[in-house]
Amino acid sequence: MTQAQIPLDDTTLLSGQEHHPIHKPWKWYDYFTYNIDHKVIGIQYLVTSFVFYLIGGLMAVAMRMELATPDPDFVDPSLYNALLTNHGTIMIFLWIVPAAIGGFGNYLIPLMIGARDMAFPNLNAIAFWLNPPAGLLLLGSFFFGGAQAGWTSYPPLSEITAPVAQSMWIGAIVLVGTSSILGALNFIVTILMMRVPSLSWDRLPLFCWAILATSALALVSTPVLAAGLILLLFDINFGTSFFKPDEGGNIIIYQHLFWFYSHPAVYLMILPIFGVMSEIIPVHARKPIFGYKAIAYSSLAICLVGLFVWVHHMFTSGTPPWMRLFFTISTLIVAVPTGVKIFSWVATLWGGKIRFTSAMLFAVGLLGMFVLGGLSGITLGVAPFDIHVHDTYYIVAHFHYVLFGGSVFGLYAAIYHWFPKMTGRMMNEKLGQVHFVMTFIGANLTFLPMHSLGMHGMPRRVAMYDPQFTALNKLCTFGAFMLAASLIPFLINAIWSWSRGPKASANPWNALTLEWTTASPPIVENWEVLPVVTTGPYEYGMSEEEAAAVEG
Amino acid sequence: MKQIPASLLTLTAGILITLISLWVGQNHGLLPEQASEAAVLVDELFNVMVMIATALFLVVIGAILLFCIRYRYRPGDEGDGIFVEGNLPLEAFWTAIPAILVIGLGVYSVQVFQEMGGFDPGSIHAGHGMMGGGSMSHQMPQMPQNSVAMMAQAPGDGAIATDAMSGMVAQMPEGTDPAVDPVPRFGFGANTAEEGRAPDLVVNVTGMQYAWLFNYPNSGIMTGELHVPVGKDVQLNLSAKDVIHSFWVPQFRLKQDALPGQSSGLRFVANKVGTYPVVCAELCGSYHGGMRSQVIVHPVEEFDEWLQQNTVAQQQNSAQTVAVNPADLSEGEYLAPYAQDMGVDAQVLSQLHPRS
Repeated sequence: MTQAQIPLDDTTLLSGQEHHPIHKPWKWYDYFTYNIDHKVIGIQYLVTSFVFYLIGGLMAVAMRMELATPDPDFVDPSLYNALLTNHGTIMIFLWIVPAAIGGFGNYLIPLMIGARDMAFPNLNAIAFWLNPPAGLLLLGSFFFGGAQAGWTSYPPLSEITAPVAQSMWIGAIVLVGTSSILGALNFIVTILMMRVPSLSWDRLPLFCWAILATSALALVSTPVLAAGLILLLFDINFGTSFFKPDEGGNIIIYQHLFWFYSHPAVYLMILPIFGVMSEIIPVHARKPIFGYKAIAYSSLAICLVGLFVWVHHMFTSGTPPWMRLFFTISTLIVAVPTGVKIFSWVATLWGGKIRFTSAMLFAVGLLGMFVLGGLSGITLGVAPFDIHVHDTYYIVAHFHYVLFGGSVFGLYAAIYHWFPKMTGRMMNEKLGQVHFVMTFIGANLTFLPMHSLGMHGMPRRVAMYDPQFTALNKLCTFGAFMLAASLIPFLINAIWSWSRGPKASANPWNALTLEWTTASPPIVENWEVLPVVTTGPYEYGMSEEEAAAVEG
Repeated sequence: MKQIPASLLTLTAGILITLISLWVGQNHGLLPEQASEAAVLVDELFNVMVMIATALFLVVIGAILLFCIRYRYRPGDEGDGIFVEGNLPLEAFWTAIPAILVIGLGVYSVQVFQEMGGFDPGSIHAGHGMMGGGSMSHQMPQMPQNSVAMMAQAPGDGAIATDAMSGMVAQMPEGTDPAVDPVPRFGFGANTAEEGRAPDLVVNVTGMQYAWLFNYPNSGIMTGELHVPVGKDVQLNLSAKDVIHSFWVPQFRLKQDALPGQSSGLRFVANKVGTYPVVCAELCGSYHGGMRSQVIVHPVEEFDEWLQQNTVAQQQNSAQTVAVNPADLSEGEYLAPYAQDMGVDAQVLSQLHPRS
C-alpha cells in the first residue's frame, strides 16, 4: 500500500518551499515550562501521570503489605484509609485519565487528523498545568491525615473525618475536573474543525472517534461531579447541610451526583484505550480493522447508554425497587456494544500475520484480561447478585481487571507503540517481553484470588479481616510485589531507550495513519507540508486493483 | 485443513465447551454455604451466569489463542494479512446473540428480585402495625385476621407471637433517630411465600462506629449479636447513628446499607442452623474492618429459650436494661464490649467516636 504522498524520511527536502517558518526543536528544559505545543503537552501529561502512577503504586504495595496478615499491624488504620482513598484517586484522576486522554489524546489527535496543533493551544497548556497542583494538594493532604473516606467520599463519613485533608482532596478533584472539561472542549473542536480536508469521516482513525466520544461524555458528566463536591466542601467548611441527615440534608443525593459522573468516568478511562486497541491491533496483525463502522458507532453507543447506568453502584444504598431494576437492564445493555468491540478485535486477528511486538503483546493481553473483567461486570449489573458482592473484594477484582488489565495494559501497549514516534528511538523488545510476562502473571496473581475473597465474605476497604482469608490475601500480596517488580524492566527500557536506543525511522511499524507520515519525533508544527490522505487508516493487505477501485 | 475435519473439530469443541460450562456453572466453589431462602435464588442466578460466562470466556479466549498461534508472523514473510474489512451477517450475529442473552438475563433477574421480595421493602408496615399493639390493626385493612392468624400459622413460635400480642415495647429502639420513618423504604420485603403476612420476628438493627446493636422491640432485649430462629420470617429494620454502614451476611446473600436519616430493611428466612458473620460492608471509618459481629440461627425451641432467658434477665435488671439509655453511660462503659470484640482499647474508641 502506498503511503500518503509526502516525503517521509527526508523532511528537509521541501523546507525551502515551505512558507511556514521552521521552529527550532525543543530542548529538554522546554518540557518543564509552560509550552503550547500539543506534543510537548502530551509528553508532559504522560511523564507527570507516570510519576503519579508510581506514587499510587507504592500506596497499593503498602496496602498489600498491610493485608498480608489479618491484623492491622503494618500501618495505622487511619493511614490505611488515607492510602486506599488516595490510591484510587491518584490512579483514576492523575494517571489513567490524564495519561490516556491528556497524554495520548494531545499527542496523537492533531497528528492523526493532519493538524499543526490543537484548536486552542493556550487552553491546552492551562488544562495541563491544573494537574500538578492537584497532585501536590493530594500529597500535601497527608500532612493533615489524608482524606480517608474512599475515592467515593460519601457523606456523612467524609464530613466528619479529617476535614482539612478532605477539603484539599475536593480541591484536587475540582482542579483535574476543570482540566478535563477544558481538554474535552478542545478535543471536540479540534476533531470537528481541524481535520486536513482530504480526511473524510469514514477515514478518521478510530482513536479519534474514541476521543470524540470520550470528550462528549466528559463535558456532560464532569460538571455534575464538580457540583456535588462543591456542595460537600460547603458542608464541611461553611456550615451548610446539603448532606447532613440530622439537619434535613440527604446523603443519597450526593451518591447520585457522584456516580452520575463517576460511572461515565470508567468510560473516560477505557474508551480512549479502546481507541488505542483499534490502532495497534491492525498495524501489528497486518490486517484492516474488522468492522470499522461498528467500532466507531459502538463507542458512541457506550457513551449514550453509559450515562444511564450509574445507579448500579447504589444497589444496596437508598435505592427504590424500580430503580434497581431499571439500572440492572440499562447496565446489561452496555455489554452489547462492548462485546461488539471485543469480537471485532478478535476477528481482526483472524487471517493476519501477527507481529508479537511488545505493543501487540500488551494489546492481546488486554483482550484476555478485559474479557474476564467484562464478564464479571455483567454479573455485577444484575441487582440480585450485586447485592451479595457489592462493596466486597469481588468488586475490587472486577475493576482492577478492567482498569489495570484494560486501561493500564492499554497504556503500556500505547507507550511501546508510539514511543518511537515521540522520542525518535526504538524500545528494547526483549525487555518489553520480560515486562509483559511479569505484568500479566503479576496482575492475575493479584486480582484473580480477589473474586473468591469477596464472594466468601471479605469486604473491601478494610485494614483488618477474618483470618480465614489469610492464604489468598498472601497470594494477592505476592502478586502485587511482582507487579511492582515488573516496573523495573520497563523503567530501564524507557529511560535507556529514550537516551540511547536505536534511532527510529518515521514509520517503524509500517503503519498507515497520518502520524507516521512525519519525522520521528515530529518537527514543531508537525509537517513541512500538510499531508494528503490517499488511503484509509487500516487498509493493510489491499491489492493494487482494490486500491485503484477505491480511488475510482 | 480440509473442510470436513474442520467442521468436526468445531463440533467437538462446541460440545466440550458446553459440557465444561455446564460443569463449571455447578462446581465453581465460589460461593459460601447457603443459609437463607434468598441464597438459593441468588446462587441459581449466579450459577447460570457463570455457565454462560464460562462458555463465552472459552470461546473468546480460545479464538484469541488459536488466531495468535495460527496467524503468527513467520520469519521472511513480510506481507500483509488477508484484506477483510468486515462481514455484516457475522457482525449482526455477534450483536444479536449478546443482546438476546442479556435480555434473557434481565428477565430472569427481575423474577429473582421479585421472589426475594425486592419490590416491596415497605411490606414491614404490616408488622409494625401488629407489633405496636392490636389497636393499630386499622392501619392495615388488607392484612388478614391480624396477629391471631399469625399465631395460628406459627404454632411453634409461641414466645414470639405472645410477645407480639403484648405489644409492650412500642417505643423506638435505642439509638434510633426518632425523626426517621420506621417503615423501611429501601431493601427487601417479604419473599413471595410470605407476601401479605407480618414477619414472625422484628429486630431493630442500629449501625454505629464500629458495632452493630440488635434491639428486639417486643422483649426489650438489646444485644451485640443477632439471634434468630431457623425457618422463621425475620424483619430487620436498619438504621445508622453516625455514618453509613452496610449490613451483610454473606451466607444469606443479603446486604443493605444502614443510612443515617433514612430507613431501610431486610426481610429473610434463615433456613440453616449455625453461626454466620455479620459484616459491615460500607467504609465507616478507621476500624471499619473490625466492625464484625455474628448472627446465630437457632432451632426454634432454642431460640424461644434464648428469648425467654434474656427477656427475664433484662426485666430483673430493668434499671440497666430496658431503660438502658446509651446516652447515660460513659463512653468507656458504653463501648467496652465492642472494644473487646475488636481488640482495641475502649479509650481509643471513645476518642474516635465522640458522641454529640
